[in-house]
Amino acid sequence: MMNVQKKKLTKKIYINLFFKSLFFTATSFSLVILAVLLYRIFTQGWEHLSLDFLTNFASRKPEEAGIKAAIFGTLWIMAITAPVSIILGVGCAIYLEMYAKQNAFTRFIQTNISNLAGVPSIVFGLLGLTVFVRVLEMGRSVLAGGLTMALLILPIIVVAAQEALRSVPRELMEASYGMGASKWQTIQKVVLPAALPSIITGCILALSRAIGETAPLLVIGALSFVAFVPESIWSGFTVLPIQIYNWTSRPQAEFHDIAAAGIIVLLVILFIMNSIAVLIRNKFSKRY
Amino acid sequence: MVSKLIEEKKRKQKTFIAIREKTIPFLLSICAIVSIFTTLGIVFTLLFETVTFFSRVPFIEFITSKEWTPFFKSDPSFGILPLISGTLLVAVTAMFVAIPLGLSAAIYLSEYAGEKTRKVIKPILEVLAGIPTIVYGFFALTFVTPVLQKIIPDLSFFNALSPGIVVGIMITPMIASLSEDAMNAVPNSIREGALALGSTRFEVAVKVVLPAALSGIVASFVLAISRAIGETMIVTIAGGSTPTLTLDVTQSIQTMTAYIVQVSLGDATYGSTIYYSIYAVGMTLFIFTLIMNLIAQYISRKFREAY
Repeated sequence: MMNVQKKKLTKKIYINLFFKSLFFTATSFSLVILAVLLYRIFTQGWEHLSLDFLTNFASRKPEEAGIKAAIFGTLWIMAITAPVSIILGVGCAIYLEMYAKQNAFTRFIQTNISNLAGVPSIVFGLLGLTVFVRVLEMGRSVLAGGLTMALLILPIIVVAAQEALRSVPRELMEASYGMGASKWQTIQKVVLPAALPSIITGCILALSRAIGETAPLLVIGALSFVAFVPESIWSGFTVLPIQIYNWTSRPQAEFHDIAAAGIIVLLVILFIMNSIAVLIRNKFSKRY
Repeated sequence: MVSKLIEEKKRKQKTFIAIREKTIPFLLSICAIVSIFTTLGIVFTLLFETVTFFSRVPFIEFITSKEWTPFFKSDPSFGILPLISGTLLVAVTAMFVAIPLGLSAAIYLSEYAGEKTRKVIKPILEVLAGIPTIVYGFFALTFVTPVLQKIIPDLSFFNALSPGIVVGIMITPMIASLSEDAMNAVPNSIREGALALGSTRFEVAVKVVLPAALSGIVASFVLAISRAIGETMIVTIAGGSTPTLTLDVTQSIQTMTAYIVQVSLGDATYGSTIYYSIYAVGMTLFIFTLIMNLIAQYISRKFREAY
């Protein structure tokens, strides 16, 4: 009798151990994948990284090709996307958290935002193609691309800013009201400064998402062979991910190598942005 | 005299503040309304252009024809089924990878791992989630496909398997983190109760925590499928561009998203049937993902266990 129970218990313990290691292996698998991915890309692209690569334009010869146009294109797009999406996103968040009444309309906006976050990015491209490129006649320009990207990351910024605003304790606001401050004075001088680190972190993360995004700009009609730097918001453009896509889709292996070099540049930019975001979050965010 | 001036200034300031208090909420509400206009923009854009498309191609042909050959000069055929099958083939392959990996990671993180391990693994999953899809696409084409070709010699260079696996890797962090959130919401007292009765950690995880967190976990699966369906660059790069109605993952296929990219790259003349077809495909894609997202919201709201 005792023996049977003991056997059962040992079996249970072994099953537990087995699954524990199984779960751990599965979890570490993603670590391995990440390592392989980074290793592959760095070994493949490292040799092609040079100052020339950063300052040359795209070329038919792989050894002369560079990403100058793509880098400037990305900067131009961000110069439009960042202000538009941050102003609209943070504004929307302040409205929802501070002013909106708890009614059906507010709930509708809220549901709408979470649904927008789930719309595939390529559909935003179709929206941009019709509304910005055709109807508003912006053409396949930096402006059309930047605005499309702004709409794409708008829901992310709204949600992040809302969470940041929500974490500001009510007592702070009530103290401010008690001192005779108006609602906007309270928001401007008390709530926003307290929520700012988290808002900035959220915005940087959203922008880094936009920098890596390819599909909507492909649909808008970003050019894939560009040998110029955009001169105004009406210029045609290319961006880093599109340049990488262009090189990846060619059959020659040399172009795959410079695509890898482009990916290294892209990943380094994203890594720097994410580090800044984490730094701001850890350094400046207060806990109440 | 001076006091009058001060009085005057105070009055002006007060009106200024009063005006500001009125205008700012108005301006902010405009920001909020932009989000609604974005949705309306998407819906109407897709709707109008799709209606134009269906004035040229019969709706019945679109949903029943088994051939998608828009580039044929004579008698092109617009049947969405091959594109849907390609999309689902990739999405299902992705789920075969992502569900075991993501759920294991969630169980490990919430039931087994100590604080230190969590601090290492969580950021790695976040990094995986933050890698641009173009990078995953490159990885699929230049690494995963050649490796798979060594294992399966019949595998064609463009296929559904390789992008499927890589999309699965991409959505693993999403399933892991959402499922872990759901499992963390299960109160510790229930776990401790089960442990005190002599259960092992595995039994607690499978028989107590998983059932209690099931709604959140299933919702995370549905959201992940929706992401996989809408994923573009990985399938464009590694999936190929031959729309075929098949269940064979080793062959070249085309997904809905990849078709939209293909047309966008090859200057389809504005106003041609091919131009409008991307909107019809986009509409189908939008409806698929919207339904998935609504199901996920419904599941997590309706079946949530409250403690």
